[in-house]
Amino acid sequence: MRSRQIGATLLSAAALVGSLAACGGGEATTVLQKATNDKKLTIGVKYDQPGMGLKKPDGTVEGFDVDVAKYIAKELGVEESGITWKEARSANRETFLQQGQVDLIVATYSITEARKPKVTFAGPFYVAHQDTLVRADDTSITSLDSLKGKRICQVTGSNSWKNIAEGTNLQSKKIDVTLVAAGAYDECITKLKGDALDAVTTDDMILAGYAKREGSSLKVTGAPFTDEKYGVGLKKGDKETCEAVNKAITKMYSDGTIKTLFDKHFSGTGLNFTATAAPPAEGCA
Amino acid sequence: MESLLDFGPLAEEFTTILAGFWATVRLSAMSALLALLLGTILVAMRVSPTPVLRSVGTAYVNVLRNTPLTLVLLLSALGLSDTLQLTFSRDPGVNYYWWATLGLSAYTAAFVCEALRSGVNTVPPGQAEAARAIGLTFTQTLRLVVLPQAFRSVIAPLGSILIALIKNTTIVIVAGYIEASSVMKQMFDDYGGTLPIFLGFALGYMVLTLPTGFFFGWLAKRMAVVR
Repeated sequence: MRSRQIGATLLSAAALVGSLAACGGGEATTVLQKATNDKKLTIGVKYDQPGMGLKKPDGTVEGFDVDVAKYIAKELGVEESGITWKEARSANRETFLQQGQVDLIVATYSITEARKPKVTFAGPFYVAHQDTLVRADDTSITSLDSLKGKRICQVTGSNSWKNIAEGTNLQSKKIDVTLVAAGAYDECITKLKGDALDAVTTDDMILAGYAKREGSSLKVTGAPFTDEKYGVGLKKGDKETCEAVNKAITKMYSDGTIKTLFDKHFSGTGLNFTATAAPPAEGCA
Repeated sequence: MESLLDFGPLAEEFTTILAGFWATVRLSAMSALLALLLGTILVAMRVSPTPVLRSVGTAYVNVLRNTPLTLVLLLSALGLSDTLQLTFSRDPGVNYYWWATLGLSAYTAAFVCEALRSGVNTVPPGQAEAARAIGLTFTQTLRLVVLPQAFRSVIAPLGSILIALIKNTTIVIVAGYIEASSVMKQMFDDYGGTLPIFLGFALGYMVLTLPTGFFFGWLAKRMAVVR
């Protein structure tokens, strides 16, 4: 009796999977077609990155990435009401795109050679630079070289520390630093304020978000040493959508929206918007 | 489909992964040792004739056993080490290793104490009375008569606690110590969260825990007190 019940459950589960698969393989083949036909998009953003993508207690999301995503969606023909937001973590971004659980990802997603085989990137829409955040009274850290012998934060699940310790920076210099492990950037900030480490390092926009929140106790050094090309992640091979997103990005620069959005989120952090034209597109491969 | 079952990242990062598991082993071994020590002291307090010691032991066990381990570790690392600046060493690697070890063993000691206390209860009261009758003090009774038998009867539960301890190490990143599961998180960022990476790490933990379970099962049988 019981085995028969289990069998029935399995059968219905299999049927469900089958029907889901049928759904996935339906009419729209590219995200652009989906946007034009359904007027709906599912976009992956960060939920825990102040200034870039942050979910607020009332359930809405805000940030630079979020606003860029809204603009691009609009250019693809989808109004804000047609967007479903989904949390894209660093660990699930590729899977989300491969399985079609999200249509676009705008989540501090750097275009890297390692990711290119798995993801088609539109953009970059902004080039960020890795920098360091230090205590406001610390004058000993002024450049990449001056980090030698300092204690920097190593956040598991982030590559920023590698750019210093393993030399993947613009100067290709391996700096001999002491790594202090932490689970998240918030913990790094606590440790930095408590003198348990000397510098927190990651993309300047993320640091600017923290600097703004912490007020005068912390400062961004202002000595960038990497180029992080923030792109829009798409399902591998979706060239049509990629071209359309690139067009939207070019337009975002030519009509000045990008500067407005940037200032909205980063004014007063000491971070200035300097780009005058869209960064050269990586090409939709 | 081939991207779903790509075991390449595991081979590529093999040395990093091994280093991660070695960190897990170092942390677990030291924590187990300290937890056993502290747990034994606690059980001595809980069965002692002095009311103050008894209540201190009971309070400790109840507080630590009912506090989430994450909080214990956060208190040690962020609270005591970072904010109050109680540090073991200027070298963060050493400092956070000891804070993680302390947090983990302080927590596990509560469970060790309770397992041992149930072992103490298996020793017939006549033995303790006989020990007192021949003039042994409380400490001597505990050390020579009661605890040796108590330990032998709770070897299997202690094994379970050790396995739980090994698996609990996966959250010590909140105390700033990097072990295998942090390596896994880092790999998820580099390669995306794929099934093979997950399976590889699950296997790694089983390599640590399964033999532990078998060893303690064997030891429990061998050392069982025949009554």
